[in-house]
Amino acid sequence: MNIQKLTEKGPFVSLLMGLPGGGKAFMGILLSAAIFIVVGNQFVPEGNFFHVPTYMVSLLGKYLCYALLALSVDLIWGFCGILSLGHGAFFALGGYAMGMYLMRQIGDRGVYGNAELPDFMVFLNWQELPWYWFGFESFAFAALMVMLVPGILAFIFGWFAFRSRVTGVYFSIITQAMTYALLLSFFRNDMGFGGNNGLTDFKDILGFDLRADSTRLGLFVGSVLALAFGYLVSSFVTQSKFGRILIAIRDAESRTRFTGYRVEYYKLSVFVMSAVLAGIAGALYVPQVGIINPSEFSPANSIEIVIWVAIGGRGTLWGAVLGAILVNWGKSYFTGALPEAWLYMLGGLFVFSTLVLPKGIVGTFPIFYANIRSKLSGKSETRQATEAGDI
Amino acid sequence: MDMSVHNKIVDPASSILYLDGVSVSFDGFKALNDLSFVVQPGEMRAIIGPNGAGKTTMMDVITGKTRPDEGEVYFRDATDLTRLDEARIANLGIGRKFQKPTVFESHTVFDNLELSLKCDKSPFASLFSKLTSEQYDRIEEILETIRLQDRRDWLAGNLSHGQKQWLEIGMLLMQDPELLLVDEPVAGMTDAETVQTADLLRLISKSHSVVVVEHDMEFVRSLNCKVTVLHEGHVLAEGSLETVASNPQVIEVYLGR
Repeated sequence: MNIQKLTEKGPFVSLLMGLPGGGKAFMGILLSAAIFIVVGNQFVPEGNFFHVPTYMVSLLGKYLCYALLALSVDLIWGFCGILSLGHGAFFALGGYAMGMYLMRQIGDRGVYGNAELPDFMVFLNWQELPWYWFGFESFAFAALMVMLVPGILAFIFGWFAFRSRVTGVYFSIITQAMTYALLLSFFRNDMGFGGNNGLTDFKDILGFDLRADSTRLGLFVGSVLALAFGYLVSSFVTQSKFGRILIAIRDAESRTRFTGYRVEYYKLSVFVMSAVLAGIAGALYVPQVGIINPSEFSPANSIEIVIWVAIGGRGTLWGAVLGAILVNWGKSYFTGALPEAWLYMLGGLFVFSTLVLPKGIVGTFPIFYANIRSKLSGKSETRQATEAGDI
Repeated sequence: MDMSVHNKIVDPASSILYLDGVSVSFDGFKALNDLSFVVQPGEMRAIIGPNGAGKTTMMDVITGKTRPDEGEVYFRDATDLTRLDEARIANLGIGRKFQKPTVFESHTVFDNLELSLKCDKSPFASLFSKLTSEQYDRIEEILETIRLQDRRDWLAGNLSHGQKQWLEIGMLLMQDPELLLVDEPVAGMTDAETVQTADLLRLISKSHSVVVVEHDMEFVRSLNCKVTVLHEGHVLAEGSLETVASNPQVIEVYLGR
């Protein structure tokens, strides 16, 4: 049975086997950490050193969503040189799509007890559900929208931007404008997304109570699987010839063009792919934190994502994941320990990482390693390379 | 098409590259001013001219980077190049080498050549593409032509300046173009590298049409081909190097300085 299942899932298994060494190690660490946490939460009694409390499970689940978001930014920035400072928008749109499903699940358990309309619509004296809320009572439809809405926005936005050859800092600025415009529109009550307060007071997902420990654990496992899936897809993409072309575009865009590649199609493909991954991250994030509001669209949020990736190491998939988890863990810790200083620390961290670790944490260690080896053996690959460069 | 008005003996169908009356201006400055010349199939042509003569703009027009304000640019069987974009023109069979060597620095020499391979270049095809053994052999063959076999696994960024120039020429050859446009291939090269590059270009010109833009007179002499002199976006003289070098106008604007 199991073996049959494995052969049925042939492409996934072969995808897993095709991962480079670092990717296999990452998958191993991610999945074993997940098992450790599930066991620690479910089977280890409270008070034991290895017990993982449920609040911790949810916190880690949130970090994993951030990690998937960082991965999506790394895919375009690290590999294709597209610096999006508006990726929080795709994350938030995925989150809103999930939030709409969760709102519809509340049914008549809201404060006003209206079975058809969410509380905020009753409060605004709306008589019927706006057309764009139809379908969201179905999980399958909402799940589709989680991917489609960010994907379509990215397609339209990218189509115009890449076709007009908007690049570099100009592109970054218009992505900031995009997320800011969405922030302002989602703040408006007439938009029909709960305005300032956003969507909250969720009750259950697929019939499971969101406050139950088992549901929270389930969402954590979902986040692990989503991150693993996102990693596999990104790894496949970046290992393929398509991925090498992305790097070529990053390093020498006009050369790529004169080599016969339609650069705008490549950028558009990877941008849409990345937006869909960000949407999935947002959709898993919302049920775990219990709220989605317009502040997720704030330009500062999108800049923070870029900082995670820069600190972890752009251009390496697991660097982005590591950066997101480390910075957010630091944020949780320091906002508790030194609430006033956190923002300065984040800024300082960014300055530090650009000055001292321009390749991020992940990019810096191989250089250390090479230097140590060169001291031991007297000659290193990097030195050979630089010597040869002088010929 | 009525050719009589163009006062040309060649018609576009028998030439590989045909420019007629091409003008481009940037903010009132005429980078190209009624530029006309024709390259025959299999020909090697050197284009010389002082700075600002419009050599790079001419390359931009042929490769689709710049649209001319006026004039006709035809490739092969009267394919109108002024309507096509860079990727399309590259896939039609025009390869361009930049003045500053431009290779994919974070890829290996081998990968640089692989990416330049003539094949389906759509994103979807690239996602699932695998090298066939013929394609592999083709890459090996080019590695040998550009004398970089022992550097195949090096990152292109670690190559010397001259090696990068050859790699870029190799990348053009991978595209299997009919026409190569080569912009200042020996700028910044050592004398030995210059000699090797001239050999390489002469070898290539046996099976391709080549247009070389160059400043270095010794190098142009070693190519031993027809020369077109540009000045202020216009053809000043055309012929063998000896003929143009004795042209008083050419001496005045260029050689005499």
